[in-house]
Amino acid sequence: MATKKFMFVNRKAPYGTVYAIESLEVVLISAAFDQDVSLAFIDDGVYQITKGQDTTGIGQKNFSKAYKALGDYDINKLYVEKESLEERGLTLDDLMELTWEDEDDDYAEKPSIHLVDRAAMSGIMADQEVVISF
Amino acid sequence: MAMLHIVNKSPFERNAFESCLNHASAGDSILMIEDAAVGAITKTAFAAKVEAALQDKSVYVLSGDLAARGLSEDRIISGVETVDYAGFVDLTVSNETTQSWL
Amino acid sequence: MKGVIRIPPAKYTLTHNLYPFLIRSLELKFTLMINEGPYQHQASDTALQFARAVLEKGHEIYRVFFYHDGVNNGTRLSVPPQDDRQLQKEWSELSKAHDLDLVICIAAAQRRGLMNAEEAKRQGLDADNIIEGFHISGLGQLIEGSIQSDRTIVFGD
Repeated sequence: MATKKFMFVNRKAPYGTVYAIESLEVVLISAAFDQDVSLAFIDDGVYQITKGQDTTGIGQKNFSKAYKALGDYDINKLYVEKESLEERGLTLDDLMELTWEDEDDDYAEKPSIHLVDRAAMSGIMADQEVVISF
Repeated sequence: MAMLHIVNKSPFERNAFESCLNHASAGDSILMIEDAAVGAITKTAFAAKVEAALQDKSVYVLSGDLAARGLSEDRIISGVETVDYAGFVDLTVSNETTQSWL
Repeated sequence: MKGVIRIPPAKYTLTHNLYPFLIRSLELKFTLMINEGPYQHQASDTALQFARAVLEKGHEIYRVFFYHDGVNNGTRLSVPPQDDRQLQKEWSELSKAHDLDLVICIAAAQRRGLMNAEEAKRQGLDADNIIEGFHISGLGQLIEGSIQSDRTIVFGD
């Protein structure tokens, strides 16, 4: 099957609506198809990967740990927009550490999160073949 | 590769439209459908942003959505073009990729 | 897009007015994704109109994938007022007329109580509610559809 550049665009916070978790389910499935997968976290989407999420008070499952599995599926292009973080008073330190192991580099652990500014994010979006947004 | 950006939110209710304008590249097309059709009109608080986008992008509005919201085509921002569903399909053909700003 | 005529970028032209011949000669495959249920949001209405326009122009709809609350477009137990549109039936009829592949995501459907007879039996439930023309399958159908199609269009909220 052909390889296409897929981007999954996340613009919504988790838990308030179902989009974040069901987006993650699509992303995990896409790994099985050996595609060139990128994730964009812009606007409220950045809240999906904050660290220290605790859902005990709302009766929902905390699915944030599942993002850590993405690296194991070779999904390691998680683009986070700098301006979206700044507008929300967040920095990279507020996000989970998401990594992958580069088997071509002696299994070195490398960060999956790439902080990009808005102009760079536009360029990455423009380069895609399939854009699925939630 | 040109992209068609489909936006369906009123710019007065959510930031999807503004986010779309912030991320669309020169040469891209933007199509306002559903509640986003209200963004096609002159003299709104959002009109200047649509006018700025027209400098290097094409901007369209789905005519049925505009009419459904009681807005006549003579109030459309100069340079914004109307399309019907057939025109919507053509825009998805002439642009190689589409992105929906939900 | 291989082997088809290239069209000038949209910014230079109103393609649907000026290049009807070029457009007509391009037959593309579409996968549509519908993420909202009927009636609550306009997404299903827009997607239905779009799907009809795609078919009228001679393009192919490879698959329509229903996700999130979009799975509710596939129930046969919806009885809207007679003067309202009948979205589930209209999708079902469009599917019948054009042999469309309407797929409801199984994970999203299970959460929301959309069952075909086979799945209801498997889950030990006493009823099923899928309208003719829809079938239940996995998320892989969305990805596979996007790989096989020239265009993927998402309708949602």
